[in-house]
Amino acid sequence: MRTDFAFVGVMIVAAALLMGVTLLAAALLRPKKPNPAKLSTYECGMETVGDTWVQFRVSYYILALVFVLFDIEAILLFPIAVAFNALPLFAVLNVTLFILVLLAALLYAWRKGALDWE
Amino acid sequence: MDAITNLLKIISDFVAELIRSVLGFSPLLAELVVMGLAAVVLITFAALSFMGLTYVERKVVARIQDRLGPNQAGPFGLLQPLADGIKMFTKEDTTPATADRWVYNLAPLVIAVFALATYAVIPFAPGVVGTNLNVGVFYVLAIGSGSIVAILMAGWGSNNKYALLGAFRTVAQLIGYEVPMLLNVLTVVLVTGSMSLIDIINHQTLAEGNPGIPHILMLPLPALVFLISGIAETARSPFDLLEAESEIVAGFHTEYSGMKFALFFLGEYVNALAVAFIFSTLFLGGYAGPILPPYVWILLKAALVFFVFMWLRGTLPRVRIDQMHALNWKFLVPMSTVNLVLVMLVLKLFPTSEAAAQTFGGILVTPWVQALILLAVNLAVLFVSLALAARAARRFRQAEEEMIMRRRSANLATARA
Repeated sequence: MRTDFAFVGVMIVAAALLMGVTLLAAALLRPKKPNPAKLSTYECGMETVGDTWVQFRVSYYILALVFVLFDIEAILLFPIAVAFNALPLFAVLNVTLFILVLLAALLYAWRKGALDWE
Repeated sequence: MDAITNLLKIISDFVAELIRSVLGFSPLLAELVVMGLAAVVLITFAALSFMGLTYVERKVVARIQDRLGPNQAGPFGLLQPLADGIKMFTKEDTTPATADRWVYNLAPLVIAVFALATYAVIPFAPGVVGTNLNVGVFYVLAIGSGSIVAILMAGWGSNNKYALLGAFRTVAQLIGYEVPMLLNVLTVVLVTGSMSLIDIINHQTLAEGNPGIPHILMLPLPALVFLISGIAETARSPFDLLEAESEIVAGFHTEYSGMKFALFFLGEYVNALAVAFIFSTLFLGGYAGPILPPYVWILLKAALVFFVFMWLRGTLPRVRIDQMHALNWKFLVPMSTVNLVLVMLVLKLFPTSEAAAQTFGGILVTPWVQALILLAVNLAVLFVSLALAARAARRFRQAEEEMIMRRRSANLATARA
């Protein structure tokens, strides 16, 4: 059980090492002749105007909120799915009710226009 | 015959045994060395398949669009990936003066590492798997969302407006399409009763007391939605809004060049291939199959799924951002949720095991009958959803046409007056 997850750690370390070596090798091989024009921010040859941290659409924020709702639903449902065969019908009806409440929440967000992109 | 079937397992066992016994390491060190070797083999496989896939994809898409594709480097352009690699290695790499250096330089590494880490759980043949996690599918989904962090890092660290806008779009798309993906993996877990990828394959393998039905036959709707959201998750065409050249240059990797850009590219392809492998495992039966050895089967199935990806990329135009979000939140998510509930109820009302039927009630049926009921429910949900979507689209079109007509007649009236 512990060694199962140890492999994931080994895999991540190995991937980081190999990719790091690739980046390092490229850093040694490539030419390096910087000048101010090359190092400026890309914007079709223009000087950038103003701050980079522009305002973003509030829709992104609302979609992220809806996402959190469904992500937590999934976290709660995965253990239920694994234990599903041992659940009585009553428990399954409870879970169904839980999912339907979420669906109602999605419909509410939809009616409120949170999912529109205009 | 047996030696060919179990070729990969025999080789890996032999090497592991060699390291354990002959080289005289302590057990813990030997175990670590074996793991490290397996990890390096998996990463090399992923990196090599990335090189091969760039070539194959360019050739296939070229054929679809009636072009030749790469044909200069080597016979049939076969050395093209190598030439690209040399170019990437020797290309000058600029870091914008205003960039956040740490975040900017770490982002490509993070995306590549997360993409490669997926391969730790993909089973290639019986006994040949990095590690058989008991939460295999969940691990794949969790590690898959790591690329979101990397993309946000890249967009934020570049200190470029195009990059930041691209990152916003990408994050919204990736987190959005994770929801239908989760819901549909959930149905597979429900049917199987386990999150381990090996158990999911075993459930689809012909054996004593197991009819071995591939999940795509009983769960066609989750398979379809998984495919769509898989393409969106790996940001491949037609969902490649994050690098819509006409709008935001190259999106989050506008400022990247050389090897760092190559790592983003590698992450993208490795992720797409991982999705193809996971799709084959979840729905097509993984390495299970007659006559041919298992590792050939899984590679064939993954290649088939990846070919579908290339086909879609060569055929479909890019979707608009509002269409992309509407497809996800207003179509895939409600449809998958309803389907999930119905699958749950079918599994409870028509159990296949006698014990479950006696304890919880319900009508005892054979696995084939249950599969047929699931298939019917799936198709019903799919067609009802499509009909509803078609009706909504028709209404939307009519409303739009009416608005245009009204505007036109108003214009006419003002012109006359």
